[in-house]
Amino acid sequence: MSPTREYLYEKGFLFSAILSGSIVFLIFAFMLIMGLPLFKGNQVVALIKNDWLPARGVYGIYPMVVATLAISFFSLALAFPLSLGCAFFSGSIAPPRIARVFRKMIQIMTGIPTVIYGFVGIFLLVPIVREFTTSTSGLCIFSASLMLGIMISPTLILFFTDSLEAVPKSFLDAADALGATRVQKLLYVMVPQAKKGILAGLILALGRALGDTMVALMIAGNAARVPESLFDAARTLTAHIALVIAADYESFEFRSIFACGLVLYAFIALMVLGVRWIGMTNKR
Amino acid sequence: MLDRVVIAFSWISAVIIVGAVCAIFGHIILNGAGTIKLSLIFGDVAPLDALLLKRQVLNGLFPAVIGTLLLILISVMWAVPLGLGTGIYLAEYAGAISKKIFNLFFDILAGIPSIVIGLFGFALAIFLHKNVSNNIGPCLLISSMALAFLVLPYIIRTTQVALEELPREMRLTALALGATRLQNIRHVLLPRALSGITTGVILAIGRCAEDTAVILLTGVVAMAGIPHSLMGSYEALPFYIYYISSQYTSPEELLTGYGASLILLVLCIGLFSAAFLIQKRLTYITLYRA
Repeated sequence: MSPTREYLYEKGFLFSAILSGSIVFLIFAFMLIMGLPLFKGNQVVALIKNDWLPARGVYGIYPMVVATLAISFFSLALAFPLSLGCAFFSGSIAPPRIARVFRKMIQIMTGIPTVIYGFVGIFLLVPIVREFTTSTSGLCIFSASLMLGIMISPTLILFFTDSLEAVPKSFLDAADALGATRVQKLLYVMVPQAKKGILAGLILALGRALGDTMVALMIAGNAARVPESLFDAARTLTAHIALVIAADYESFEFRSIFACGLVLYAFIALMVLGVRWIGMTNKR
Repeated sequence: MLDRVVIAFSWISAVIIVGAVCAIFGHIILNGAGTIKLSLIFGDVAPLDALLLKRQVLNGLFPAVIGTLLLILISVMWAVPLGLGTGIYLAEYAGAISKKIFNLFFDILAGIPSIVIGLFGFALAIFLHKNVSNNIGPCLLISSMALAFLVLPYIIRTTQVALEELPREMRLTALALGATRLQNIRHVLLPRALSGITTGVILAIGRCAEDTAVILLTGVVAMAGIPHSLMGSYEALPFYIYYISSQYTSPEELLTGYGASLILLVLCIGLFSAAFLIQKRLTYITLYRA
């Protein structure tokens, strides 16, 4: 092959890398430019602090920020112990053959489309929640958190299991030699060693919960006001973006969805940096 | 005592998650299995007439299935060359610092919620509408581009990892025999990394098939029929499921929603299983045959 061709290919690969990398900036730039009119004067503070009352011309995204944080927090609070238990199960407690089948099932579970979680949520979970709680429609933070908790569990379980199994074998042999039981080995050797992996998995799952659209859109009820209890309907930032279809592209209402986009973008960037930072300290 | 509590806790967790999976699959299969007939896809139209586009299918899933297939095809056409090139650059050419920076970018890209990427596509459509041509709006072309951005990190990552995992000796042999860097990549490294790259492409296809949030904002509509051009709106399976769940007017319509869910579920689970099968062979090859 001629040197020119060699050179052209190398530049081609470099070009595609630069093109792919620039997409990250392009998305950010578009959000910023479209949302720019919002940043004049004191509007930003009003935007983040105010309620969403389109009839009175007040377009604040505060209720959506609260709902997003609430649903993410509760789904994680649910998924974390569940996933930790499952990781204990597949990493140490279960007989090897069952653990292998279990792991397969969890891997397959990551492939279930999110819209299916939403669909099953509406027609299976919501009627049950309606029956047994104070929520009148069943469409509430509780239902959404429950479904979302199930949805993010496979990611957490696979991440936790991998970190538990990354513990060096010599550590386990040492514990065995000291006469530790299976559970003692798990709690006092494997878990402390896997702490950073567990934390990183938690942050990644939080990112998934924050970024989910379909489950919250389909079963959280989409009421654009600050929720007061677990059984209130609520609207997340992602659902808000999906729901605002303003005819006037210059209106404040329409611009405000780009603020939602920016908030989500910022959350995710912080999270990625957090995971990186944990990784860095891990190596030292 | 503690031992027993921990063991009980893990068994209970495992049973809960297995139960949840069974409930999800069971609910869709029990309600959807009965609807799986030719008429679910083609409605009242003869299948051959529908496939040859002689007659429009008005009460079947045919337009949604075609929409989803087109969407997958066009998105993958954008994402694969770009992702492959980027992955090769990162694994084979990039220096330590630029690699670190690019890795950070693609981690962020992988984490951006799909609705935000959809919003970006929507903003892009408005921008093009204002500045380029009045004919451009949310459409198949914009959707496929936005979806390509969504799956790009998968393809980049799997390509990069598949290449980086190849043993050092394999990397050096051809070079020692006088091959150039590009020849080495094309004839030695890429063929060996092929199964890893295929896994990435399959995962990307699965993501294109299931994602709803991106297309929600970039041109999918309920009754579009078969798209006539890249600039047209279209239907898609996941959107149909979402639409039916909120707008169904009769039990029969809801049942087609279950049918669509079952088709989508089988498609995505099939793709994921295939990806995992190939991945297993990948480790098998690197362990026993390299």
